[in-house]
Amino acid sequence: MRLIKTLAGACLAVFGAVTIVFCVTRLLGDPAALLLPLGASDAQLQALRQQLGLDQPLWLQYGHFLRQALNGDFGTSFMQGRPALALVLERLPATLALAGSSLTLGVLLGGAMGVYLAVRPGRVSRWLVQPLLLACQATPAFWLGIMATLLFSVSLGWLPTGGYGGVRHLVLPALTLAAFIGASVARLLANSLQQAANDDHVRTARAMGLMPTQVFIWHVLRNSLMPVLTLVGIIAGELLGGSIVVETVFAWPGSGRLLVQAIANKDFPVIQAAVLVVAVLFVSVNTLVDLLYGWLDPRLSQGGKR
Amino acid sequence: MNTYLMRASGRVVGKSALLLLAVVVLLTLAPLSPPDHVVLAERLQAPGATHWLGTDPLGRDLLSRLLAGARITLGLALSAVALAGLVGTLVGLLAGYAGGIWDALLMRLVDMQLALPTLLLALLVIAVLGPGVGNLVCVLALTGWTRYARIVRGQALMLRDREFILSAHAIGAGAWRIMLRHLLPNLLAPVLVIATLELARLIVVESALSYLGLGVQPPTASWGRMLAEGQVYLASAWWVVTFPGLAIVLSVLCINLAGDRLRHRFDPRP
Repeated sequence: MRLIKTLAGACLAVFGAVTIVFCVTRLLGDPAALLLPLGASDAQLQALRQQLGLDQPLWLQYGHFLRQALNGDFGTSFMQGRPALALVLERLPATLALAGSSLTLGVLLGGAMGVYLAVRPGRVSRWLVQPLLLACQATPAFWLGIMATLLFSVSLGWLPTGGYGGVRHLVLPALTLAAFIGASVARLLANSLQQAANDDHVRTARAMGLMPTQVFIWHVLRNSLMPVLTLVGIIAGELLGGSIVVETVFAWPGSGRLLVQAIANKDFPVIQAAVLVVAVLFVSVNTLVDLLYGWLDPRLSQGGKR
Repeated sequence: MNTYLMRASGRVVGKSALLLLAVVVLLTLAPLSPPDHVVLAERLQAPGATHWLGTDPLGRDLLSRLLAGARITLGLALSAVALAGLVGTLVGLLAGYAGGIWDALLMRLVDMQLALPTLLLALLVIAVLGPGVGNLVCVLALTGWTRYARIVRGQALMLRDREFILSAHAIGAGAWRIMLRHLLPNLLAPVLVIATLELARLIVVESALSYLGLGVQPPTASWGRMLAEGQVYLASAWWVVTFPGLAIVLSVLCINLAGDRLRHRFDPRP
């Protein structure tokens, strides 16, 4: 039952994204002018308006747009003369590799830092780790990326400044994105660990004579993971948008960079396709987190209110 | 460390954050030499006595541009926060207090927008509208209003059955009067907290958009734009990319710290 509800919600969300793209492109601008390359003649504009059905009522246009989106037909890129969706899908693996590795790195590093903060709340935590985390959270990924290139590529010459290739090319962009993720995860985890450590059941577990490590892992850590999962879900979704900038910094040929180039060239078929592909991914991630939630916290899936 | 000491050091951190913020604001208002003054003979000079922070690829004084950029970036972010706060709060009030069809309609709108990552939405709208200061404020506000709307709606739902609202209703106050004179004052604290955190977020988003070349257009100085212009000369002139970035980090850090303080102050939970 919950599964059906969640999936229905996901479909609605994708539908919402398609609607937003429709509204933004049709109501804020003239799609015929947007879809034709710069410098098209008036006759060409008129012809395209008729061909796109822009003289028809808005709701008919909307239905037409929905049908096209369902078929994955977003038109042909002006710059490359190929179907827009194929172009975006081609670049997707690079984006997913970057997002996946930075999320993994960020969660691992952040998890370790968070546990350290909660277990050893001393001077090192207070005057070194916490300020470092605050600074990481306040640093925009693109500037961190530029500074990392300055240090590791320009000065030390250890890693390439950008481009696509083996793992060496992935290290800097992934670490750059992971810094913010790690800092957010660490701060939240430390906070919820400290709260969970004062719970009654933890005191009981200690009183029963369990080893401190056992108490920590099975009774404190396990109960603090829920808010972290929510955060990771939000971050994973935003990462798809956030990696756009980092891809540009490192000339990483993902779909985010494709989108930025398409915007610069006013290549609207590609813009629409890229936005919708990322939106579908975004919704899928959120749905996955939702389902994971029900699995981790059975109270949610049994229909009762929280 | 005991709680008293922790509170005291927290207070110090909060005060210094406010102090730094004040410095930034004062510097922003400081009189400065023309930031767009191009002197090609003095291009890419290292920080020194004549140019404290050095010069950029066109020989413009970096400090002047940094301060001019502060006005642009902070001004844009502040106006966007004000716009988003206004719209979001009104929508939240209407949805929470009026309920019924308003609630259903407005909250579907919010849900729909949540189907897109915020930066992606901003990029899409900019792609259609084109860059520019006015458009930028609208786009930044568009990415933020839902946060206010959701929180305010929740609070309004909680408050609307309280006695003081019922009695206002009983003595014949209209819906708008109740929303603006009775509900709104009780909602200002959470709105202020969100606004602070949003200000920091929007500074980053604005810088990102300008860095991508989709925000403030040259020759106007903005921190993100300066980063993009300096990145090409990374190998020869470290100062051009270092200082604008530091400015972003410092202002975001201060605002975040001040926001944390505000949240602790207004939020009764520990």
